[in-house]
Amino acid sequence: MSFKVAAAPHGHSQKKTNQVMAWVVFALIPGVLIQSYFFGWGVWFQILIAVSVAYLSESICVWARERSARQALRDNTALVTAVLLAISIPPLAPWWIIVIGTLFSIVVVKQVYGGMGQNIFNPAMAGYVLLLISFPVQMTHWLPAAPIAPYDLGLWQTLHTIIFEYTPAGYDVEQLRTTVDGISMATPLDGVKTALDQGQILAEAYQQPMMASLAGIGWQWLNLGFLLGGAILLQQHVIRWHIPVGFLAGLLIPSFLAHIFAPSVMPGPVFHALSGATMLGAFFIATDPVSAATSDRGRLLFGLLIGLLVWIIRTWGGYPDAVAFAVLLANLCVPIIDRYTRPTVYGHHVGAKHDTE
Amino acid sequence: MSEFKTLTKQGLWENNPALVQLLGLCPLLAVTASVTNALGLGLATLFVLIGSNITVSLVRQWVPQEIRIPVFVMVIATFVTIIQLLMNAYVYQLYQTLGIFIPLIVTNCAIIGRAEAYASKNKWNYAAIDGLMMGLGFAAVLVVLGGLREILGNGTLFDGAELLLGEWAKQLRIELFSLDYPLLLAILPPGAFIGMGFIIALKNRIDAKREELQASEKTVTRARVTAES
Repeated sequence: MSFKVAAAPHGHSQKKTNQVMAWVVFALIPGVLIQSYFFGWGVWFQILIAVSVAYLSESICVWARERSARQALRDNTALVTAVLLAISIPPLAPWWIIVIGTLFSIVVVKQVYGGMGQNIFNPAMAGYVLLLISFPVQMTHWLPAAPIAPYDLGLWQTLHTIIFEYTPAGYDVEQLRTTVDGISMATPLDGVKTALDQGQILAEAYQQPMMASLAGIGWQWLNLGFLLGGAILLQQHVIRWHIPVGFLAGLLIPSFLAHIFAPSVMPGPVFHALSGATMLGAFFIATDPVSAATSDRGRLLFGLLIGLLVWIIRTWGGYPDAVAFAVLLANLCVPIIDRYTRPTVYGHHVGAKHDTE
Repeated sequence: MSEFKTLTKQGLWENNPALVQLLGLCPLLAVTASVTNALGLGLATLFVLIGSNITVSLVRQWVPQEIRIPVFVMVIATFVTIIQLLMNAYVYQLYQTLGIFIPLIVTNCAIIGRAEAYASKNKWNYAAIDGLMMGLGFAAVLVVLGGLREILGNGTLFDGAELLLGEWAKQLRIELFSLDYPLLLAILPPGAFIGMGFIIALKNRIDAKREELQASEKTVTRARVTAES
């Protein structure tokens, strides 16, 4: 009998980095299809721009750092970063938004820290936060989902809007969001939060036109699409269950308890689970292997922390959604999580004092 | 004379309080949203640094070792009060913009650092030069960072310079480009940290390049000397 001796970490998947990353992109397809069904062609243009900018800037950085460009470009990590950022931003955001965001993600958050595997922050989310706090107007202008959208934009009209910031007919994005009676349609998270802030109760907040049976129109299917993609990733062993389960537990348990105690003002777990970027965050963003915690227990904690932060910021924070902020904050906690969740070395007692230094 | 040369080099580049010692970062990061603010605080710090360095150096014989830090702080606080009252009187709007960061110059570690490390051990004329050069080095970084952030976040340079320099300075204002949506991040605190990181990286890069050049010159000469090896 022979024992194969391998160095830690003991990964069981035989997939190479580029295959893992290709699977992530593949698993995004159901979600992206649903997004393009409900929110128009914009997402495809955003992905196209983001991927081109990502590959271009990555090549330039790698060339400037005198590294092998072929290797860096073939590992598909830039592709994943670009696609994640592109589907996170509003589909009709002007082209320079996604260009600035992708440049920041790739050049500053990834390459300046040392390239693939060295970044301490999730590049896509750092780029998203840069955009959100720099250009809050463009970054929160989501159109209402297709069934309730006042205008139906074709391929050319969408492209025109992304390039020139208004449709061929002269409507800008703000006007596109406005219904005939002059009310801007917010995203479900934003709408419910605003209604609650104005003193309405949850039942009234749910009466708004963008709400559907479970959560928001379009948004609930979008989240289910990303949940399906997440299931593919789990089945393929591209990710493990700890981070998504931690994330969802951290978000859903507090929202469930809060909903029990204050049913009129605290949205319940179903609304939280199927709104905003919950599923995308739980399965695709928080599971970034580079900037997450290392051990299984650590990853569970890391996921819990993100979920809890998402719930806290959604409930009391200034922004409607919080996945990006929560992920960045949890990234900062990774060293301390790793330190206290180090697995017991074989042969040592559980709970024994480690020689920490 | 070489002491003056060393002090100049140390203050402006090799031991720059902002880029190398990383002292006084709080005001550095907080007020550099525009060149005018940066220059205002830079000049105030420069004045306090020169004044406190000279005074500390002059009284160094009579200050007991055990209570030197409180004495230094008192000296620095005196000069900060002077500059605060002067700014209140002559550049009132800038005084209001800089706000709490003028009194906070007292707590700027760069100043007490120079008092402790240099002025309390050297003659007053050297201490004055040291204060001047360290202050200039600090102010230069402030202005560079302020310029960077103002260009990115506002598309201008020297916006509001008349608050500091008087009416004629209105002509200094340069409008590089006008954006409907400026990069707010550059003006917000994270922009200060990111910009500062890039400036430090640039300085280290220049130093590394210079070292590389010197090293390559050295190897050439050595190769000739030990040709047989």
